[in-house]
Amino acid sequence: MTAHDPALPPRPNAAPTIYAYDDHDRAFVRERVAEFRGQVERRLAGALTEDEFRPFRLMNGLYLQLHAYMLRVAIPYGSLTSRQMRQLAYVADKWDKGYGHFTTRQNLQFNWPKLVDVPDILEALADVDMHAIQTSGNCIRNVTADHFAGVAADEREDPRPTAEFLRQWSSAHAEFSFLPRKFKIAVSGAEHDRAAIKIHDIGLRIVANAAGETGYEVIVGGGLGRTPFVGKVLREFLPRADLLAFLEAVLRVYNRFGRRDNKYKARIKILVHETGLDEIRSQVEAEFAAMDRAPFAYDAQELARVVAAFAPPAYETLPARSQTLDGAMAENAAFAAFAAVNVAPHKVPGYAIVTVSLKPIGGIPGDATAAQMRALADAADTYGFGELRVSHEQNIILPHVKQDDLLALWRDLEAAGLSTGNAGLITDIISCPGLDYCALATARSIPIAQAISQRFADLERQRLIGKLGIKISGCINACGHHHVGAIGILGLEKKGVESYQITLGGDPTLDASIGELLGPGVSADEVPDVIESLVQFYLAERRDGEAFIDTWRRLGHKRFKESARREGEDGSGI
Amino acid sequence: MTRPADPKFPPKILLASDLAEGDVVFLGAGGWERDLLRAKIAYDAAEAAALEAAGKADVAANRVVDAYLVDVSVDAAGAPTPLHFREKFRAVGPSVRRDLGKQAWLQGAGGR
Repeated sequence: MTAHDPALPPRPNAAPTIYAYDDHDRAFVRERVAEFRGQVERRLAGALTEDEFRPFRLMNGLYLQLHAYMLRVAIPYGSLTSRQMRQLAYVADKWDKGYGHFTTRQNLQFNWPKLVDVPDILEALADVDMHAIQTSGNCIRNVTADHFAGVAADEREDPRPTAEFLRQWSSAHAEFSFLPRKFKIAVSGAEHDRAAIKIHDIGLRIVANAAGETGYEVIVGGGLGRTPFVGKVLREFLPRADLLAFLEAVLRVYNRFGRRDNKYKARIKILVHETGLDEIRSQVEAEFAAMDRAPFAYDAQELARVVAAFAPPAYETLPARSQTLDGAMAENAAFAAFAAVNVAPHKVPGYAIVTVSLKPIGGIPGDATAAQMRALADAADTYGFGELRVSHEQNIILPHVKQDDLLALWRDLEAAGLSTGNAGLITDIISCPGLDYCALATARSIPIAQAISQRFADLERQRLIGKLGIKISGCINACGHHHVGAIGILGLEKKGVESYQITLGGDPTLDASIGELLGPGVSADEVPDVIESLVQFYLAERRDGEAFIDTWRRLGHKRFKESARREGEDGSGI
Repeated sequence: MTRPADPKFPPKILLASDLAEGDVVFLGAGGWERDLLRAKIAYDAAEAAALEAAGKADVAANRVVDAYLVDVSVDAAGAPTPLHFREKFRAVGPSVRRDLGKQAWLQGAGGR
């Protein structure tokens, strides 16, 4: 069996800007596929019980959900080649139901694989240097990063080499394969945090010290779930050379003292909260001082090798602003609106970063059909050096597009149903799969996102409202990041029906904050009306340049709460 | 076939996931069924215990995964409907993709 799509020519080096697996990586992934194939065979033959098999399947990203198995594929720090994207499309068509769901952890989920097919799917993923390892279980999960890495105009340093170091360090790390609970790390190298580093178990921010040396601000103990916390600064400046040893020390302290008696109190955020930051810091520093750091020694040559793997593509020398783009925007209002919202400044003159929204009006946030995946891969090859990114906002990024090409790209995206110009606006909603797919969910989240999207469908009105992050989770585990939504929505069960709690004032950036509850839950039908009343109050009260979160901070939660009571069509439940 | 309801005992069916495919299955008179309408309904505690025991045995025999009893209402024609919305969704498929899951399969199979 060959897992390659025979209809497509091989593209072995499609994106020279992404770290390529070496022989060690490839052998490791192939061995794991063969191992899991054997485990599946033994499970189907009855030689393994579900209790015995479950840890094996979870280690390989395979869940059992409400309607079927679900396979979560790792996309390291959200970086994909066009070839990998095509292979995901191929898997979707051949073994799933023709689509995939991009997640808030920059991964992709297939919702309908059969257990018997999963080894073949993993083999197909291995063909393009992909896998599903450590996308589940109590281990260090897929490391995430700024989706504008390497191209952002506000970037100090590309976070991908650091993330790649962490990928290598954490992959199959024997000591940290059975932690008290899962462990998530995010890396940012820019002035603005697009990786939500303060809501991760460890957030790393690449910074400089007074001497101008590059290192890391280490943030620990952030997280969402039933007990949300904003991360705290463990080290203001960690020299680059100490990174792996220091994180090893943090994980050792967590592994030793993290609670294993109660899964709801097992994350490092609870350890930091219950023990106190100062005590955790002294424990980590003591471990760091006492440990044998030789295995984690800094290797400048290896860093140079990894950095070189993320070398910029062959950019042309171009003027900072494209006259072609200006002309196209003047002539085509719809394109101009898209370009104004979905295009971000690039660090190289004449280039742009394009956010392709996976949030069509009334659509399912984060879903892409196999045809759309192929269209994205084609767009990446045609306009963007064959590279794509997945954002934690569940969108796709084309990181290297010539401004001259933006109009042609937009037309191609339009043909594929991917040209919605709503990046960062009210309908760019983060939503977990909720009770439509997830076995843990307590309520549906996707229909709520769809109803809000339809209520605010008018793009002109969306642009008038401006940046507004709505985030929806279908249970308290908060995969939809509702705690850090300017407007957050949490689906729960209340007296046998779905009920939705609304929070205001959440923020995932460096100014991170956890949203405050608006009041008792409302029904699914009431949610769009409540959002409408909040938006109308904001529009009436905002000052020039204020985003929703700014107005909320200036006026305070109480004013918004009162407005929802007063303005809602039926505020009885609020 | 329906029976007079015992107000103190909600009728129950047994629901599980198929091991090989992950599809939702219901224990019927002749084994595991993909169609809710073919689910065997327990009308009293003894029948429910028998269903549960059969499910436990099939979990142990590695035929299905995660078998559990579900409260249902039964209409005049004897068709069960889960009382809780979670199992209502499990019985048909995702509410946001009517073209997928059991609901699509049932339509393809000629409907109910």
